[in-house]
Amino acid sequence: MGKKVSSLSNMALTLIIITMVSGASLGYIYKLTKGPITAAKEKKQQQAIQLVVPDFDNNPTQEMYKIAAEDGDSLKVFPAKKDGEVVGVAIESVSHKGFSGDVKIMVGILPDGSIKNYDVLEHKETPGLGTKMATWFKPSDEEGSGSASGNAFFNWMFGIKSGGSGGNTSIVGVNPEKTDLTVSADGGDIDAITAATISSRAFLDAVQKAWSTYNEKADSYSSATTKTNNTEEGGQQ
Amino acid sequence: MNQWKNFSKGFFKDNPVFVMLLGMCPTLGVTSSAINGLGMGLATTFVLVMSNIVVALVKDFIPEKVRIPSFIVIIASFVTVVEMVMQAYLPALFEALGLFIPLIVVNCLVLGRAEAFASKNTLGSSVVDGLGMGLGFSMALTMLGAVRELFGSGKIFGLSLFSESYGMLIFVLAPGAFIALGYLTAFINKVRKA
Repeated sequence: MGKKVSSLSNMALTLIIITMVSGASLGYIYKLTKGPITAAKEKKQQQAIQLVVPDFDNNPTQEMYKIAAEDGDSLKVFPAKKDGEVVGVAIESVSHKGFSGDVKIMVGILPDGSIKNYDVLEHKETPGLGTKMATWFKPSDEEGSGSASGNAFFNWMFGIKSGGSGGNTSIVGVNPEKTDLTVSADGGDIDAITAATISSRAFLDAVQKAWSTYNEKADSYSSATTKTNNTEEGGQQ
Repeated sequence: MNQWKNFSKGFFKDNPVFVMLLGMCPTLGVTSSAINGLGMGLATTFVLVMSNIVVALVKDFIPEKVRIPSFIVIIASFVTVVEMVMQAYLPALFEALGLFIPLIVVNCLVLGRAEAFASKNTLGSSVVDGLGMGLGFSMALTMLGAVRELFGSGKIFGLSLFSESYGMLIFVLAPGAFIALGYLTAFINKVRKA
C-alpha cells in the first residue's frame, strides 16, 4: 500500500487526472440528460398553456411571440387557435414585487378580455403563506388544498367547519377592464391571501401587467378591449 | 469489522443528524415536508455511497496533502450528476429541493465520511458505511419533515389529516425546523441512552 509522496509533481498530476476524469464524465452525463431536461421544461410549459386557455389545435409554442411591457420586461405570448381562430392567449408574465424574488405566472385571456385561468410557474414566496397563490385566486370549489380540505373525520372531531374563505378572492372569469385587479387593502376588488399581502400584490401585478401589455401591444384581438384599456389603465399602473 | 454493526450505526448509534449533528444546512432547509426530506436524504445517500466507493478505490494514489481537494472534486462531480439526472427525470422534486441539491457538495456528512471512513477502510466497508449513513440521514430528514408537515399543515406525505387552517405556520418556516430538530434530538438521545 503506502501513500504516494506529496511531491509537487505528484500532487499536480493527481489533481489533473481527477479533474480531467470528472470533467469528461460530467460532459457525457450532460449530453445524456440534455434532451430530457428540455423535454421536461417544455412539457411543464405545455401543461400550463393547456390549463389556462380553451381547447386548441395549433402549437402555441411554435407561434409564440414576445411583447414588451412598460417596465422593460418582455412577456411571452402563446396564442391558442382552433380552426385558425384565436380562442385565447396564454401569457407568461412576471412581477418583481414579490416578497422574495420574482413571481412568474402563466395567465390565459379569452378574446372577450376576461381571465380564463392561471398557473404559477415560479416563485420563492414564503411556504404556507405566499405559496397559497397557486390556488387562492381560483374559484373556491377549486381551492382544494385551501380551507375546505382536511380529513372528514378529523374535521368532525375537532369541529372544523369547512367553508370558503369568503369575500372575493377569485380572478377567474374576471375582466380586468371592469374590475380593479389590486388587493382590497389598496382599494382594489380582490381580497389578498391572509398574511401574504405582498405576495398577493405581486401576483396581481403580474396578471395586470400581462393583461394591459397584451391589450396595448397586440392587434390580433378585438379592438373594443384595446380602446377601453388605454383610458382606464393609465391611472393604475 | 462486523458489517451489520457498520451498517446499522448510521441509524441510531451514530445517526448523522441526531447524534453527530452533521449536514445541518439541508436538514433545516428542505424538511418542510416529509417527501422533501426523503428526496433530499436519498439524493445525499447516492452521493455518499458513490463518493465512498471512489474514495476507497483511489485512496492509495492520492498524496496526503491534496486529499481534501481531490475528495471535493469527486463529491462535486456526483452531485452534479444527481442534479442533472433529477432535473431530467424528476423535475417536480428538483424544483422542491432546488438550491439544496448543489449544496450537497458542502454537506460535511459526505466529506466527513470520505475523510474519516472511506480513506481508511476497504471498498466493501466503505459501501456499507455510505449506505448506512445515507439511509440514517434519510430517516432523520423524513422524520423531521413528517413532524413539521404534520404540525405545520396537517398532512403527512401530502395525506391530509386535519384542516390546514389549524396548522401552526411556524413549523413550516425556519424557526419550526430548529424547534422540531431540538425536540427530536432530545428524544432520540433519551431513547438511545435508555
